[in-house]
Amino acid sequence: MIKKMTCIQCPKSCCLSVDIENCRVRQVSGNLCPKGEEYAGAEVENPRRILTATVLARGLSMKMIPVRTDQPIPRHRMREAAAEIKKIRWDRPLKTGDVMVADFLGLGVNLIATRSIAAHF
Amino acid sequence: MRERELVIVGAGPAGMAAAIAAREEGVEDILLLERDQYPGGILNQCVHTGFGIEYFHEVLTGPEYAQHFIDKLQEMTGITISLKSFVVRLTKDKTLTYLRPGALEEVRARALIMATGCREKTREMVHIPGTRPAGIFSAGLAQKLINVEGLLPGKEAVIVGSGDIGLIMARRFILEGAQVKGIIEIQKQSRGLTRNVVQCVEDFEVPLYCRHKISRILGRDRVEGVDVMAVDEDLREVPGSAFRLACDTVLVSVGLIPENELVEMAGAVLDKRTNSPVSGGLNLTSIPGLFVCGNAFKVYDIVDSVSRDSAACGRLAAAYLKGARKS
Repeated sequence: MIKKMTCIQCPKSCCLSVDIENCRVRQVSGNLCPKGEEYAGAEVENPRRILTATVLARGLSMKMIPVRTDQPIPRHRMREAAAEIKKIRWDRPLKTGDVMVADFLGLGVNLIATRSIAAHF
Repeated sequence: MRERELVIVGAGPAGMAAAIAAREEGVEDILLLERDQYPGGILNQCVHTGFGIEYFHEVLTGPEYAQHFIDKLQEMTGITISLKSFVVRLTKDKTLTYLRPGALEEVRARALIMATGCREKTREMVHIPGTRPAGIFSAGLAQKLINVEGLLPGKEAVIVGSGDIGLIMARRFILEGAQVKGIIEIQKQSRGLTRNVVQCVEDFEVPLYCRHKISRILGRDRVEGVDVMAVDEDLREVPGSAFRLACDTVLVSVGLIPENELVEMAGAVLDKRTNSPVSGGLNLTSIPGLFVCGNAFKVYDIVDSVSRDSAACGRLAAAYLKGARKS
C-alpha cells in the first residue's frame, strides 16, 4: 500500500510516498533529506511528538514555566501527559534545559524547562 | 540630548539578530529598546517547538531560540538593552522619545532600526457579523493568556481562520483540557504550514471546515455559539448550508499586519494595503538611515528567516554608518 504523508521535521514539508506492507515501511520517496525516511518509519510504526506545555510556578519571577519533553513521546499519550503536567507546582529557580521530572510517566523521557526562571522579580 | 550611533527598537528575534550583526560589523554604541520586561518578544509566548531548524540545525521552542540570542547579546560589550522602554514618538531626523519607568527620555540615532514586529488582524478587520459578547480573542492574545499568564480563556472554542497561530492554539486548548469545536477557513485549504495542520489538527481530530465562514457570532454577555455557512468558489454564501456550533470562545486567527506607526510618524512611506514600508529593497525605507526588519518589514512564516534577514539589516545599518562617517 502506498500512503501519502507530509514530513513535519522541518518547514519544507516534503510530500512523502510511503510504501507500507504489514504495518512496516518498505520504501520512502519524495523526501529531500534522510529525516524524511526516519519520520515516515516512526509515523507508520510508532508516531511520536515532543510535548510542550507550561507549569504553574509558585513564588518565582514568572507565573508560568514553559516546559517540554526532551524526546518525543507516543502520540496517543499526549493528552494524558499534558493533564499530568497541569498538576505540577514548581517553586525553585530554573535554567533552560534543567530536568524538572526525570523519566516522566515512565516514558523514558525527561520533562525539561525551556526558559530560565529567577527566584524573584 | 544624547546621541547614539545605532538605536534598535524591539528586542524580539529581529531586533536581537540586527543588534548582534551590527556589533560584529564594528558598530560600537548600540541602544536596544524593549517595551516588555524581558527580551525575546513574541518568542516568549511561543512555547511550542519548530524553531531553529534552519538557523541552528536543531529543533527548539520559542524561549530556547530566544535564549541563544540573549546569551550572545549579554556576552557582547557595546550594546545597552533598555527594558520596559516604550517609544512614543519618532521624527524624521531619527530622534526618539521613549518612556521608561520614572523617566521620559529623548535620544537621537545616527542610524535607526525598527524591529517592532506585527499585530494580529482583528474581528473588525474581517467583518464578522453578530453580537459583541465577551469571549472573542485574537489567537495570539489567547496564546499569551495561556502560556504567560496561566489563564484559559474558555472551555469550548471555535477558531476563525487557519493561520499558524490558530492551528497551534487549537492544540494548546485541547492539551489544556478544553474542546475545539472547529476551525473555520474561508479558503479551500489551510493557510498554515503543513506541519501545523498535521500536528495540531489531524493529530487531535479537530474538524477543519474549509470553504466555510462564520456568518454570525451569538450570545449576549458571553459567546454562546457561532453560525457557520459554506461558501462557493467566489466566496459567496451557499444558501441552505448554515449550521450552528455551540461554544463559549471564538479565536480569531486571520493574519498579521506589520506595526509601523512610528515609521509612518517619521514620514516614511507605507504601503496602504500591507502596511510595509515602500522602499527600494529589503529592510530599507524612504528615509536614509532608517531601517525596518523582521515582521515589521513583511510578515514571515518562520523565525529563522527573520533572524537571517534581520542580521542582514544590522550589517546594512553598519555599512550606512561607515559611509556617513566618510562623507
